[in-house]
Amino acid sequence: MKRKIISFLLCVICVLSLFTLAGCGGKKQSQVYFLNFKPESANAYKEIARAYEKEKGVEVKVVTAAANTYEQTLKSEIAKTDAPTIFQVNGPIGYNSWKDYCLNIKDSKLYSYLSDKSLAITDGEGVYAVPYVVEGYGIIYNDAIMKKYFALGNRNNNISSAEEIKDFADLKTVVEDMTAKKKELGIDGVFASTSLSAGEDWRWQTHLLNVPLYYEFRDNADYEDPTIAGLNSKEIAFLYSNEFKNIFDLYTNNSITPKTLLGSKSVNDSMAEFALGKVAMVQNGNWAWSQISDVSGNVVKAENVKFMPIYTGIEGESGQGICIGTENYFAINKKATKEQQKASLDFLDWLFSSETGKKFVDEQLGFITPFNTFSESEQPADPLAQEVVRYMNDEGVESIPWIFTSFPSDVYKTNVGNALLEYVQGDIKYEQVLKTIKDDWKSERK
Amino acid sequence: MKQSLLTKVIMVILLTLLALLFIMPVFIVLMNSFKSKFSISQTPFELPDNVTYVGLENYTSGISDTGFFEAFGWSLFITVFSVAAIIVFTSMTAWFLVRIKGVFTSLLYYLFVFSMIVPFQMVMFTMSKMANILSLDNPIGLILIYLGFGSGLSVFLFAGFIKSVPLGIEEAATIDGCNAFNAFWRIVFPVLKPTAVTVAILNTMWIWNDYLLPNLVIGSDYKTIPIAIQYLKGGYGSIDMGAMMAMLVLAIVPVIIFYLTCQKYIIKGVAAGAVKG
Amino acid sequence: MYHSLKRWSWLFLLPTLAAFVIAFLIPFVMGLYLSFCEFRTVSDAQFIGLQNYIRAFSDTSEFLSALLFTVEFAIVAVLSINIFGFILAMLLTKGIRGTNIFRTVFFMPNLIGGIVLGYIWQLIINGVLYRYGYSITSNAAFGFWGLVILMNWQMIGYVMIIYIAGLQNIPDDILEAARVDGATNSRLLFHIIIPSVMPSITICLFLTITNSFKLFDQNLALTAGAPGEKTSMVALDIYKTFYGRIGYEGVGQAKAVVFFLIVAFIALLQLYLTRSKEVEG
Repeated sequence: MKRKIISFLLCVICVLSLFTLAGCGGKKQSQVYFLNFKPESANAYKEIARAYEKEKGVEVKVVTAAANTYEQTLKSEIAKTDAPTIFQVNGPIGYNSWKDYCLNIKDSKLYSYLSDKSLAITDGEGVYAVPYVVEGYGIIYNDAIMKKYFALGNRNNNISSAEEIKDFADLKTVVEDMTAKKKELGIDGVFASTSLSAGEDWRWQTHLLNVPLYYEFRDNADYEDPTIAGLNSKEIAFLYSNEFKNIFDLYTNNSITPKTLLGSKSVNDSMAEFALGKVAMVQNGNWAWSQISDVSGNVVKAENVKFMPIYTGIEGESGQGICIGTENYFAINKKATKEQQKASLDFLDWLFSSETGKKFVDEQLGFITPFNTFSESEQPADPLAQEVVRYMNDEGVESIPWIFTSFPSDVYKTNVGNALLEYVQGDIKYEQVLKTIKDDWKSERK
Repeated sequence: MKQSLLTKVIMVILLTLLALLFIMPVFIVLMNSFKSKFSISQTPFELPDNVTYVGLENYTSGISDTGFFEAFGWSLFITVFSVAAIIVFTSMTAWFLVRIKGVFTSLLYYLFVFSMIVPFQMVMFTMSKMANILSLDNPIGLILIYLGFGSGLSVFLFAGFIKSVPLGIEEAATIDGCNAFNAFWRIVFPVLKPTAVTVAILNTMWIWNDYLLPNLVIGSDYKTIPIAIQYLKGGYGSIDMGAMMAMLVLAIVPVIIFYLTCQKYIIKGVAAGAVKG
Repeated sequence: MYHSLKRWSWLFLLPTLAAFVIAFLIPFVMGLYLSFCEFRTVSDAQFIGLQNYIRAFSDTSEFLSALLFTVEFAIVAVLSINIFGFILAMLLTKGIRGTNIFRTVFFMPNLIGGIVLGYIWQLIINGVLYRYGYSITSNAAFGFWGLVILMNWQMIGYVMIIYIAGLQNIPDDILEAARVDGATNSRLLFHIIIPSVMPSITICLFLTITNSFKLFDQNLALTAGAPGEKTSMVALDIYKTFYGRIGYEGVGQAKAVVFFLIVAFIALLQLYLTRSKEVEG
């Protein structure tokens, strides 16, 4: 009996000492803590952190927020004692929410590398966030299927290649004719699923909505820069509502998936449909290449993957390019210690200027960077990134900037996505989508 | 009650069908975990065939994506030690609260009972903030959090039972020269064992499956099984149905093994816990 | 003896109490206070009175619709779970062969966690609806019934166990006596059996009501509120308000306080009502 008691006492002491351990010993402050925004790059960053530690002896902690939870994760992480030292903001709106935490990095090397200094987020004299990747999105198409279509004899138009599609009317004619001939083409639909399940609808409520709103803000005479115009718009007229409907309806009417099922589809589903050759087109950005190439049984060849601008029927759109911009800006935590701030900037400097770092950026992350440390030859080799570069350098077309960084809030985007889902399921009329887009802008902006 | 053989047979058949219906969902997940990820969401009720069968691919990719074994380890660690701590400390507290009558102790008792009905959302932010300030945002600290948050129900259950234990046995022990601590472990705790089993089971079921609390407190550094599964949904671009099915199976298997081995105690424990409530 | 116990009180009381204060009491009080504040982290909290409470109800209709959805769900789920659970318990106390196996099977889903359950049923419900060209997020009604089915699958076995324990406590001679007196089956049920298992009913109602109101994991995994937050229950709505929107922390906390008051009120009311029945019974 005595022995039992002693052993029990020992157990109790063990448990008690565990508590003290938890309270005192457990914590270690990371020198560099990077809260990553891109889930698709999670593994690449882990490798980068390992390489950096090996080379420089500084430990880099990388935490990746699950898709669409970055703000939530940042919010709970930044309140902790071991807070991220490098985090990201998604543009002027994001900067506004987090400006108490953004360090002025005007004198940093990272900022000095930026080819176009106007891309950084500035406030007064200070520079508070620096973009690190330039991305482009548009309608990705599989040229093999398009060529097959243009080789058919019984087409109802005389367009002869995908490059010749220059406006919405052309696109609509071709797409609808392709839908009519989908058996001959061996596809199940022209467009991949317009994924509208929760958290999977950003291609429509953010990226697609960018196009009509860009034209609206561009014509705002008060501001030269359309993003600034957007930021200062207390309300919007949504002048190109019909054009937005044009393209959205075209996507869903010629989709591989019946409208009622779009609410269960994810981005991955639609990229898989494209990769397996079941569809000819999908709206997405250059980051999607890895999702296409990773699908097992992928039949799409790299040389056949091309970008086409998102045409909506707005006047003068023949000279329109794809949408190119960024929503990824690095910021350094102002509330971190001086040593942590320096270590964090050193890490970023290494990543974007050292040979090892740049190699990771090109090959693993696949970023087109806005930094002058990268030469022409040091650009990612994947076909979509090269298409983005091609469009950027094409004098004949004008890219659409990413003005969606001026959208009032994440809730705004979520509400628009929900309205689109209900619209596509036939629960509400388009007028209500229009109303949501306009009214919620106003109510979320205040 | 007397019944004809016929009604008995009909009832057995009915119950058997119902039982099959109850097992069905688990079976469907198991079946789909061997199918390729693109043939799951649209045809979940079809058995894998030559085309769709992918062997253990979903398991290997799911395990590496989620770090399943690590998550399993943390889940096990947190559950075992939290439950142990809860049993050891709340049984003592309950005894103390019942035996020492006073304003303070009865106030304390009602505070514990009160905490049972407070929804977690009420304290989710402030508690994770507390945990962070006190450096309890690690698996060991989480044990303390669980002890605190789980103490309401456990104290309540223990106290309910202790009230029915006669005072005499403890007093005999003290006369024998034991101090209170020894008396408790030698005399009282063995009597409390059935309740301890109930407390252990109810808390195990809660802690093992808990998602939001560990996610908020330690989620960025340590993933338990529910966190890993939820992360699979959000992370890595999008949901991989194959890996998801495999992870669901791996999450269920330990639970079923635990259940089948301790079945008798679990069912008794649940019933006992309820009756005393 | 009790003198000695008091000397040991630090050991008996302190660990639990310390943990309780850290993990519950301080956060609870702080939560109450913060619901009257505007804050991002705790240190920058500023007192703003009742504003958060007003905004919780007036800014958007989400909180009210989540409350309504939760109440509807709770009514349907509580009734169905208790009725089915009770019927199963009746069947399994009739001495049928294999009772133990059935009991084991019916209870099994209760041990599976909410997140896992949510994904299991999402697969199954989507699979069924897919044949008709729908998915669970097509319509809020699908999400609603999906949650009801899920909750039934999870909880029926649990309440069944409790009812079985209650039924086994009814002395056989009472039933026998009633039958000899010529009581019909329905009289037997309503006048003898149900009154005698009233304690079980109290506890089952308490468990199912509080569980239905507090449902979170299952909701998150099954629909995550889609379509358009129409299937968000209160707990999920609070979580989304709190962590999903910058500048809404106070509103989220205020919603949580309202939620707590509702749960507490309903739980106490129900306990009071059924306990009073028990006394009569």
